[in-house]
Amino acid sequence: MRPSTVFYFLAAAFALAVPQIGIYPIFMMKLLCFAMFACAYNLLLGFSGMLSFGHAAFFGAAGYATAWLVAARGWGTVPAIAAGVAVAALLGWVIGAIAIRRRGIYFAMVTLALAQIVYFVCLEAPFTGGENGLQGLARGSFLGLFSLHSDITMYYFVLVAFVGQYLLIRRIIHSPYGQVLKAIRDNESRALSLGYDINRYKLLVFVLSATLSGFAGSLKGLVLGFITLSDVQQSNSGEVILMTLLGGSGTFFGPVIGAAVVVTLQEYLSDIVGGWVSVIIGAIFVVCVLAFRRGVVGELAALRLRRWWGQAPTG
Amino acid sequence: MFGIPVAVILGQLMLGLVNGAFYAMLSLGLAVIFGLMGVVNFAHGAFYTLGAFAALLGMQWFGVNYWAALLLAPLTVGILGIVSERVLLRHLYRLDPLYGLLLTFGMALVIEGTLREIFGVSGQSYPVPPALQGALNLGFMILPVYRAWVILASIAVCGLTWFLIERTRLGATLRAATENSQLLQAFGVNVPLIVSVTYGGGIALAALAGVLAAPVVLVTPLMGSSLVTVVFAVVVIGGMGSILGSVVSGLALGVIEGITKVVYPEASNVIVFVIMAIVLIVRPAGLFGRE
Repeated sequence: MRPSTVFYFLAAAFALAVPQIGIYPIFMMKLLCFAMFACAYNLLLGFSGMLSFGHAAFFGAAGYATAWLVAARGWGTVPAIAAGVAVAALLGWVIGAIAIRRRGIYFAMVTLALAQIVYFVCLEAPFTGGENGLQGLARGSFLGLFSLHSDITMYYFVLVAFVGQYLLIRRIIHSPYGQVLKAIRDNESRALSLGYDINRYKLLVFVLSATLSGFAGSLKGLVLGFITLSDVQQSNSGEVILMTLLGGSGTFFGPVIGAAVVVTLQEYLSDIVGGWVSVIIGAIFVVCVLAFRRGVVGELAALRLRRWWGQAPTG
Repeated sequence: MFGIPVAVILGQLMLGLVNGAFYAMLSLGLAVIFGLMGVVNFAHGAFYTLGAFAALLGMQWFGVNYWAALLLAPLTVGILGIVSERVLLRHLYRLDPLYGLLLTFGMALVIEGTLREIFGVSGQSYPVPPALQGALNLGFMILPVYRAWVILASIAVCGLTWFLIERTRLGATLRAATENSQLLQAFGVNVPLIVSVTYGGGIALAALAGVLAAPVVLVTPLMGSSLVTVVFAVVVIGGMGSILGSVVSGLALGVIEGITKVVYPEASNVIVFVIMAIVLIVRPAGLFGRE
């Protein structure tokens, strides 16, 4: 068996056993939601080479939409999630269409600025609860078939969503469309000269990434029962970049590991060091950019290559 | 006009100009740093905050007055900037500029987080220096002296920076380094030193803006983080490489924001970003930029 197959078997066994081995299911669900967010983000940064600094907008807007529909309109869980995802897709289409007019750092600054509009709307709109956000959300049931109130049921529901999204992303990247994305990432002018309508490809991947980020945001709101301004804030956009980079951008499983590290740090380290946790996250950011740009999974892959070839991989 | 008293409009215009003065100084520093180093300095807002804190703590701990702080705070923070360039940023010049953005983002988190943990989130106020207290009655409006001082000082500083870069020998060297740093180095110019000094200079500008802002805003650890996003939008609107563009669009957007506060207050936080989106659709390179 290939090492990666063994790894996936172990990961699956662990994920299924989580409620039995005494890991707090809420923590695990939060971790999975951020892993989904990071994987969706990686679709853009890792596989298409576009650094967005505004992904919290999609995560947060979908979260707010789902929360509002559940709390104020009494929608069912699944339709509310679908509506939240649709909001993220629409927003992704609008922001993406403006942002892809610029490249590189300009793209990053434009996404940051446009996401700030979404933040202020969430802060000031009459239906978002201002500084408090929307709280006390009920999880409801899955299409009336079974209730999601128990943490264990909800955990498996989120796990299925995570696996589904993970497989979808793999499928996208391994498709001819995904290959064109990689070609655009590696050499945009060459892809253009080969006749690919690169703006259409970039916009589509931006919308896909925004949509899947929205899915993660909708689920996160329902898991924790609240959605607040911190979900739509700039710092959240920064954290998803860190998760992706730390785990290994452009690898499939890297963002999951990155999300696990960051969420675990935030959850357990903040008990010990309090607010200093954001300083530590900043320091990890600095170290990661300076010395660890391939991320955990990327470094492991490079290590394996080095062992095979007896030297560092070029390029 | 729209049933709003003229004095209110003029008052908001004045506030807008003051904000515009800060935007102009910050985006000027960003433009100079970006022009030479290709680094989008996300930590710019954090250094602005550090400037304000340097003035505040200088006064509380060592009794440094406002006028001395105008000189000492930018100097101290500028040196800190040079150190961070030498220790951290230097290693990234051969890589994608996006890494510079990410690194400085991490730096901003560290600086702002540290300030927040030490001084708390609630703000402290810095007294207006005695010589600049009071207000002038212009007949049609009351003009606080300190606000007028901020606007004049910032225009003077921006003008001086422009003169330094466009009209002096040092500026010529700096522009040459922007065009082709390798060739300049071959002529025997110490380019790494120029880069360090430029980064320090841009940071010092941000810190000076922080000192100027200290008496008119509350000094809080997060005062820079909300500002930096607006300044990024200003820079995109002005066109990234352009010095004149960053100063003009900084002042203009401050004024537009002030007017929006009178006409449609709900939109005042987002107006700059909306303008940015429109500019990007009409003129992707920015108003003063070249593609």
